Amino acid sequence: MDLQIWIWLMIGVTFSLYIGIAIWSKAGSTKDFYVAGSGVSPIANGMATAADWMSAASFISMAGLISFMGYDGSVYLMGWTGGYVLLALLLAPYLRKFGKFTVPDFIGDRYYSNTARLVAVFCALIVSFTYVAGQMRGVGLVFSRYLEVDINSGVFIGMAIVLFYAVLGGMKGITYTQVAQYCVLIFAFMVPAIFISIQMTGNPIPQIGFGSQGSDGVFLLDKLDGLSKELGFSEYTTGSKSMLDVFFITASLMIGTAGLPHVIVRFFTVKKVSDARKSAGWALLFIAILYTTAPAIAVFARTNLIETVSEKKYEDMPKWFDNWEKTGLLTFNDKNNDGVIQYVADTQLNELIIDRDIMVMANPEIAQLPNWVIALLAAGALAAALSTAAGLLLVISSSISHDLIKKIVIPTFKLNDISDKGEVVAARISAVFAVAMAGYFGINPPDFVAAVVALAFGLAAASFFPAIVLGIFYKRMNKEGAISGMLIGVSLMIFYMLKFKFSLFGEVSSLDWWFGISPEGFGTLAMIVNFIVSLTVCKFTSEPPKKIQELVEKIRIPSDEKN
Amino acid sequence: MAKISKQKYWRKNLKYLVILLFIWFTVSFGFGILLVDELNQIKIGGFKLGFWFAQQGSIYVFVFLIFIYIYLMNKLDKKV
Repeated sequence: MDLQIWIWLMIGVTFSLYIGIAIWSKAGSTKDFYVAGSGVSPIANGMATAADWMSAASFISMAGLISFMGYDGSVYLMGWTGGYVLLALLLAPYLRKFGKFTVPDFIGDRYYSNTARLVAVFCALIVSFTYVAGQMRGVGLVFSRYLEVDINSGVFIGMAIVLFYAVLGGMKGITYTQVAQYCVLIFAFMVPAIFISIQMTGNPIPQIGFGSQGSDGVFLLDKLDGLSKELGFSEYTTGSKSMLDVFFITASLMIGTAGLPHVIVRFFTVKKVSDARKSAGWALLFIAILYTTAPAIAVFARTNLIETVSEKKYEDMPKWFDNWEKTGLLTFNDKNNDGVIQYVADTQLNELIIDRDIMVMANPEIAQLPNWVIALLAAGALAAALSTAAGLLLVISSSISHDLIKKIVIPTFKLNDISDKGEVVAARISAVFAVAMAGYFGINPPDFVAAVVALAFGLAAASFFPAIVLGIFYKRMNKEGAISGMLIGVSLMIFYMLKFKFSLFGEVSSLDWWFGISPEGFGTLAMIVNFIVSLTVCKFTSEPPKKIQELVEKIRIPSDEKN
Repeated sequence: MAKISKQKYWRKNLKYLVILLFIWFTVSFGFGILLVDELNQIKIGGFKLGFWFAQQGSIYVFVFLIFIYIYLMNKLDKKV
């Protein structure tokens, strides 16, 4: 069957499934809308968390990124999985015991202050908006590439679908569509990986395959190290970033993961404390399937690519080469006019420029897999992008309707409190607003989107993580400490971003980085500063009221007053 | 089963946390980053060991750690 028909078929079937689920799981109350009625089973929540977590970037870009970074790509692999250990051990069970709807809920109540709540809402909105802008762009890109529409129409289609199930179903609708989306995306990711692993090494398990020998009897990684060196790149398995920077980036991504509001809020959706722990375990298991396969794909794709193009005649290139050349993601410029492709590290001599995104997308074509596998990959990429966008939009809408309107605006201006039904309406309107904003950024992407998504982790690490951890593990922690810590942590991170990522305060180079730490890794340092400021300020101000200390006692013990 | 006090429950929980987070730190930041060059001298199959920890091993250990914690805490929860 023709590829385009396969693609329409796969996308049609999966989307009808998502919409069907959304209608079936319509939200009735605020509890449904914000936390899916707190009745999700740990395995379902694990899948939903995994889909929420793995974005278009994880699905499409990560393996490609690793294949160009080699060992240095480990920062993403460890960073985006290790955070779940922190979540499961330090945050999820206690926040579930606390049992409200959002992260600002916890910060506001634990630090008995609407100022703290407001700071938390502000941080949640910054983190979520930077993140969601990138996602909508991703949705648009994937649609445009596979459905052959332009990117803006792609963004509109994506907006319409997310709008439908996020607004109708709230967290309940999102959770169950995410379960379906996880199944689609993991299947779509694994099928080509397994095929290629068999082709290249004879081993059907990619995780083992990339440490095995190829058909020529040479270990694949040794071969790739050799090829990389030959072409002037750094050795694949050793990398070129400084150890300190690798350390700080990994830490920043891990801690940021544990501080991202759209991830934390997923643990409010299960029935009880032990389920919160369990679903963190399932979530990481489901994520690990993709994250341990990605480095294998990276090695297969890189080796395949070098062997196919390096020092080969341009006119002998296979069909996929033409296809991707047309999209502009692959460009060949025959600098020395010899008709042969020189693919080398030296930019003066290099003739081939490869967009890292095509490493995953072109993989099935390079390996000559059947059309339905390519169509499956399209459906998987869309599932990944849509599920993450929906999760983020929910955080934005609940931050507005619940934290801002119900908990801050109404009490401050002494307005009449809104009913539960009214709050659901407000939440739906906020969701529409959030989708519109995200769509706007998707169509008019500010240049900084790509740069900023990685920094969202730094922001989350620098703001929420210390306030939440201290709130649970340090009873004496008071509002003065937490507020000043969050404010200074997040300002420091924003300052560093503006200075070194956008050169807002004059030209700078990586030589000017403080202690040699890149902006991506700076979240770790900002978090340490947050901890120090919080603890110091706390020491010189009065201890929190008795009632709060009792609250902390209570969230530490799961069996007290089950709800 | 013998009941324990809330203080004891919490102290025990903290002990588990310290041990598990120590392992978490060792396999990722230790084996995968700080000691990577030393471990890369050792090869298992086609993998240099440090590289394997950074791209595979640490992730497996992470999953394992959470399930151990679930097991330990489910046992501890019954006692309080």
